[in-house]
Amino acid sequence: MTINIQFFASLRELLGKQQTELKFEPSLSVSHVWTKACDGIAMPDNTLCAINMEYVKPDAIVNDGDEVAFFPPVTGG
Amino acid sequence: MPAILLDKAFNPWDEIQQFQQQHLQSGHYGATASFVGTMRDFNIDESVTHMTLEHYPEMTQHFLDTLCTKSCEKFDLDDCLVIHRFGNIHPDEPIVLTVAWSAHRAQAFDACRYLMEELKSHAPFWKKEVTEKGERWVHNDLPDK
Repeated sequence: MTINIQFFASLRELLGKQQTELKFEPSLSVSHVWTKACDGIAMPDNTLCAINMEYVKPDAIVNDGDEVAFFPPVTGG
Repeated sequence: MPAILLDKAFNPWDEIQQFQQQHLQSGHYGATASFVGTMRDFNIDESVTHMTLEHYPEMTQHFLDTLCTKSCEKFDLDDCLVIHRFGNIHPDEPIVLTVAWSAHRAQAFDACRYLMEELKSHAPFWKKEVTEKGERWVHNDLPDK
């Protein structure tokens, strides 16, 4: 089973990818997901995180089949 | 209480009138407050020719739907409406519309501002401007700017 990972805006450009997948492991946090999926690139300090389209902190635990998203501070409106 | 994401230009005044006629009960509301955000042709002392508004489609829709529901409950509104553009946008085009209908003006004013501030602070959109020098991501605005 897998975790679906999405990157948006400047983070997509930084990493050179919009989407990737990761094999699920128990007790995996959002920040662990970044580390495993981002080829050693450090997470920028102001990065926002979401699981299944709800904002979470980087220490939130990921479940099997979740969609995890990373993006910079928002600028709509 | 819909939230609508659009990839083409819209006329906010037509949208208000149409929504009001179709969804509001005549004689029941006494106040309508609206806000329209329009694209400028400058930012940080530079000319901007156009911009691209990226979003996270499912989360953006989910966030705005929830915001509309929460705003109606919080301010005891008759209804509210949010329309937001995505994709390519040019100066003078509306980017966002928020409208609140209520029995009295205080709730309508407060709700309209609340919708905008929550949207600007949390709705997953990202602006990328194109200037004569090239492209640049817009940094986060303060909530009350």
